[in-house]
Formats: sequence, C-alpha cells, structure tokens
Amino acid sequence: MSGTKKMSGAEIFFEALRKENVDTIFGYPGGATIKLYEQLYDVDFLEHILCRHEQGATHMAKGYAIVKGKPGVVLVTSGPGATNTVTGIADAYMDSVPIVVFTGQVPTHLIGNDAFQEADIVGITRPITKHNFLVRSIEELAPTIQKAFYIASSGRPGPVLVDLPKDIIASETVFNYPTKIDIRGYKPQVKGHHNQIKKAAQMIQNAKKPLLYVGGGVIMSDGNKELGVLAKETGIPVTMTLQGLGAYPGTDKQSLGMLGMHGTFAANMAINECDVLIALGARFDDRVTGKIETFSPNSYKIHVDIDPTAIDKNVLVDLPIVGDVKHVIAEIAAEIDKKTDLSDWWNQINAWQNECPLSYEKEDGKLRTEYVIERISEKTKGNAIIVTDVGQHQMWVSQYYKFTNPRSHLTSGGLGTMGFSVPAAIGAAFAEKKRPIISISGDGGFQMNLQELITAAAYKLPIKFIIMNNSFLGMVRQWQELYHAEKYSFTDLGASNPDFVKVGEALGVKSFSTNKMDEVDGLLDKVMKMNDGPTLIEFKVEKEDMVFPMVPSGGSISDIITKRLNPKKMV
Amino acid sequence: MKRTISVLVENTFGAFDRVATMFSGKGFNIDSISIGQTEIEEVSRMTIVTEGNDQILDQVVKQLNRLIDTIKVVDLSKEPKTVRELALVKVNHENHSLQEIKNLADIFRGKVVDINNKTITLEITGPPEKIEAAVNVFLPFGIKEMARSGTVALKRGEQSIPSNKKNKTK
Ligand SMILES: Cc1ncc(C[n+]2csc(CCOP(=O)(O)OP(=O)(O)O)c2C)c(N)n1
Repeated sequence: MSGTKKMSGAEIFFEALRKENVDTIFGYPGGATIKLYEQLYDVDFLEHILCRHEQGATHMAKGYAIVKGKPGVVLVTSGPGATNTVTGIADAYMDSVPIVVFTGQVPTHLIGNDAFQEADIVGITRPITKHNFLVRSIEELAPTIQKAFYIASSGRPGPVLVDLPKDIIASETVFNYPTKIDIRGYKPQVKGHHNQIKKAAQMIQNAKKPLLYVGGGVIMSDGNKELGVLAKETGIPVTMTLQGLGAYPGTDKQSLGMLGMHGTFAANMAINECDVLIALGARFDDRVTGKIETFSPNSYKIHVDIDPTAIDKNVLVDLPIVGDVKHVIAEIAAEIDKKTDLSDWWNQINAWQNECPLSYEKEDGKLRTEYVIERISEKTKGNAIIVTDVGQHQMWVSQYYKFTNPRSHLTSGGLGTMGFSVPAAIGAAFAEKKRPIISISGDGGFQMNLQELITAAAYKLPIKFIIMNNSFLGMVRQWQELYHAEKYSFTDLGASNPDFVKVGEALGVKSFSTNKMDEVDGLLDKVMKMNDGPTLIEFKVEKEDMVFPMVPSGGSISDIITKRLNPKKMV
Repeated sequence: MKRTISVLVENTFGAFDRVATMFSGKGFNIDSISIGQTEIEEVSRMTIVTEGNDQILDQVVKQLNRLIDTIKVVDLSKEPKTVRELALVKVNHENHSLQEIKNLADIFRGKVVDINNKTITLEITGPPEKIEAAVNVFLPFGIKEMARSGTVALKRGEQSIPSNKKNKTK
C-alpha cells in the first residue's frame, strides 16, 4: 500500500506489522503507547495477548518464536514497561531467538530530560540485542520496522528492539514500505565455502571415531531433516546440546542424548575419544566443554555455524565453515560417497552406555522427578512441546524426555532464567494448537512468573502446568551439598512455599497435587483430557535428590561424578 | 602486541557507542580510538588501537564485523600504512630558556601554537612512537597538560577500503 494518503505513526505501525505477517503480539499498555493501543482497538488482522508483566511478554514471544519459526513480537510502554523486558531480551539473545520488541518512549523533545517514565532503553539493551533502533522521524518508522524483522530473523537470529517516541507515533506521513531491503553492513552468509565442505566430507568419511555434536542452530535453521540424512547415511553417533534436543530423535539408537555437565556418560566419553568432531550450529559453551584444555583432546574439529564470531571463540577448530547449517549439512552429505565401517566405535559406545546408563532409584517407591518425566515422555510419545524452567528438573527433562521433534524443547539455556517456563509455554500455546504443551517448573522458578497463570486462564489455553516441588532451590542445594560445605544457605523453601493448589485455583487454573508414584499416571491422563483451559499438577518429589552424571564446573570428563558419594547424606 | 584496526561505520545515532559497548562487554582493551568523517558523508572511520594475540584479534575483528552499523573492518597491523597522531603539549618554561624548548621541539618538527610567560604549547604530529619520544624529552621541563588525538591510519598505496562494497559476512 502506498500512495499519497497520509497515515499516522500508529496506523503505519500496524500496517508494517501486517506487511510482516504478524498474527500475534504480546504486550501491556501504558502512557507512551496509548496511541498505539487506540489504533489497536480497530485492528483485526492480529491478536494482542495481554500479559501480566512485561517480562512475561518477552518470554511468551520467545516461546512463540521457537515453535512458530518466525519472530515473536512484544509491545510495551516506556520506562518501567521497557526495563521489565530486559531479562527476556537477554534470554532471547543468549539463545539466538528472533523477537522484535517495541517500546514506547517519551516524546522526542523530552528525551534526555529525565521525563516521567523515561529510560534509555536503547542504551540499556545495546549489549543484549542483535541490534536496536530509536526511531527519530516518522519517515524512518516503516523502514525501521522492516529492518527490525529482517535483522531479527536472518543470519544468526536474535532480539531487536525498536524504541518509538510518542510524538512520532502521533505524527503523519505517507505509508511507504520498501520492497527490497538492503543494509550494506549486514549480509549474512548462507552458503558455505565449497572447498571447505569437500574437505569436511573427506574427513568425515575417513574417520574411525566420528561424532556429530548438534546445537540449537540446527533447529533454528530447520536443518533437522538434513541432519537425519547425514546421520543415517554415515551411521555416525549424534549427541545434542540442551538447545539441540529434538534436532535428532532421542528415541533413535544413534542418539547418545545430551552432552556436557549433566549429559550422558556415553556422550561425554564419545566427545573425549572421538577422532573427528562435527559441531553443527553449536557454540562450545562452558557447560559443554568443561575445562577447555582437556576438551575432546584428540579430535579434528569441524565447526559449521552461520555466525563467524562463534568460530574459534572458545575452542580453536581445524575446519571452520561459515554458512547456514541446514545448507551446509546437505552439501556435506552430498559429498560423502562411501560409508565407513564404524562397528568398533559403536562397540565402544555401547560399552559406555552399558557401563553407566541414566538411572535413578525406583525401588523405594518414593516419587521422583525423573519418574514423572519418564511417564510424560512415554504418554506423549516424545511429541509434546515441553517448556522447562531452570534447575534440576530442567536437567532431568533433558535426560529423560525423549524428544522426537524439533521446536519442541523450550528452555532458557544460555541465560538460565528462572521464571521462563510459565510465560514461554503461553507463547508456545499461541503458536501450536494441536500438540500438547507442558510447562515444567521447580517450586522456586514457578514463583517467579506465576502471575502469567492468569493470562493462561484468561485465554483458556490448554497448557499443563507441572511443578516439581522438592521444597528446595534444588540445583543450588546440589552445589551446596557437593561443593559448599553443606551450608544450605537460603535454599530451603519448604516452610514458606505457598499451597500451590490454592494458588492455581485462585488464578483460574484447575489444580491437583500428589506425592505418590501410583497416582502419577492417573493425574497425567486426567489433565491431558482437560483441554478447555489450563491445568496444574504439583508433584511433591524427593527433597534432596541430585542430578547425575555431573562433570563439575570447569572440570574434565575424568572428573565425572555418576552417583552420590555419600548416599545417606540428609539435611 | 599492538594492533591497528580501521573500521568504516554508518554515521548513525549510537554507532560509536555500539563499538565501545562491544569492546567493554567482551573485555577487549582499547589503547586509543579516534573517529571522524570520511570522503563519504554518511560514513565515519574509526581507527582503533588494541592489544592482544592473534586469537583475540580475530575475535575483535569478527565481533566488529557482526555489528550491523559497521560496513568494513580491516586489520592494518601487518599492512604497510601511514600512521599519525597529533599531540598538544603544554610545557612549563619558567626555569628554562624558551630557545632550548624550541630547539628540542624542532627536532620533532613540533610547532609552537601558544605561548605566555609561564607555558609554551607545542603541536607535534607523527607516528605514536615519535610522540612518545617527544613527551619523554619534555617531561623534565614539567608538562602542565597534554592532549593526544589517538591514532589515525591509512593503508599505503593507491588501494582504499571500499565503503560501499558488500563483502562482509555476519
Ligand atoms: C532469575 C534467576 N535467579 C537465580 C538463579 C539461580 N538458580 C539456578 S537454579 C536455581 C534453583 C532453582 O530451584 P527450583 O526452581 O526449585 O528448581 P529445582 O532446581 O529444584 O528443580 C537457582 C536459584 C537463576 N537461574 N535465575
């Protein structure tokens, strides 16, 4: 639409969102955005979801973006509205998820005056956004929105913030949406270097002990099919990072599960012993590598990533390939022309799997998080969207839920944001109506954004909220037991935890609770059938369990702990 | 090892801040930074002198490239280049003859740009080592105040860094 008719900034804003095919925005109104909300009143092509806290809106946008595969959109007011989004933006930045955050701003002439509800949100978010903009004139508005969506969703995706001064929203110009986008300083490289790809294929097919190390980049580039082809053609074992789970089916025998601090023994041993390591859309972060000097010491390292800065950042690699992971995997697979016999390697891996499989205590009949997750995995056949919070339960989900699909595991990986699960599940629910959406939190993290239960109830979203209540900030408690002289400093929530069933009911969520193993199946079946609105189950689980295996922070594979050293240790 | 990086950036709101934020956020050092106009109106050139080994420098260049507002990043460390810095040095001349100071300034091709009965201000231009040497010479006289521009640099020869060529990757 372009012509000579003048439109207001508010009209232009929504017209631009229409051009970007936005169907859902997560927001909260205020003074600086009131004109946009006035306009929104008559907008019918998108749904505005009213959150209860702006941090919630940003996590919703992230959940939506991962599941839908397009940017999540947030609209908040200036000052406190804007600063409340900071955690969610940092979270999306760390996990490379495309969200576009629109913040209201005080009128241009008041910027810098410490005006009411002014915050320099562009300055505040500079290091946690892929890019951000302050719109300085009405003419810039439409092209800036276009750039924001393009930057957020292309290359290595990430959050982009657009700050909208109130006077600009109120002024007028002719709507003109550029047909082509050209940012001379921004040209993401999609195709990998051909010679590098050929070299990679040769190294892979001549390897005796190759390993595919798969990160979230494979999911974000929709490269799971290509990965499946490469893995099946070569028979190479696959291990995934926390963000990579779902890129390759966890139920397949070539999957070794997750690697890293709480990864499987076999995956970590394979990393240690492999001769060619093929890192795909992964970033060698410290939770994966442990001590850099001893990480995968004998391997030839191939690293495929769309972001050149990811390469040689933590671990020096032998063969970098910059490009879109999906494309590069396909090209590597096409270059491979022989299948190497990997049976010795597999024998070795199977031996590790038998030596130390994932396991937990079942015989004593006590309710444990691992059991509940195993049951959920079984019942949903690995096909649900699982949204976790941060802590022990998060690691147990990564170990015991066998994801069969990409874009199904939503978690705060890089930032480790407690309070992520409840709102992110809501975002996911607006992106996916068919598959079940299950939010799993600890009792600590659940309390960090539980106001969003109200949002879930208001929109009658059939989300299953699950609380793994161990009465502790479990993951911190675990470190206190192992490394901090058993000083359980401020991690015992037991006495102060609320009655979660009452909380849920008060906020409009049908809620249940149990501490019995034999009630787990019944309750899960029950809530799976209740799809008129949100439901909640509190599982009162063992209080002092720990997540194993564990490679201590900054340690080597040889430091791995596979079980509690002193099983009788009690608080 | 000192490195000189030349960065062409969009002359947009906050572009300079982004570069500075990146350096502090990633823990990279900045020895000196200078910024000014180029032959193209909407493009500025930043010349950054930093310190670090090859791996750090590689990251610095890649991180600079990653910023949306940067158009071109070139590591000039190993290139033949012209490097200049300007210093204004206000020297105390109360206990020394003006002629002595002027003679020394001449050795560095320094110019007298201001004078009064207590101090003399010299303008010295040249590669940073030369400025360093001059400063050392005037230290015993008492330097009242000094301002240095930071390094600017251009590659030698006819080649230039094209600011419109789209050859960067992110
Ligand atoms: C916002 C925030 N604050 C603090 C932390 C530090 N932290 C990491 S795990 C954890 C414990 C989480 O406890 P809970 O939510 O009960 O889950 P559990 O570990 O018991 O499964 C804490 C406090 C964090 N990750 N995020």
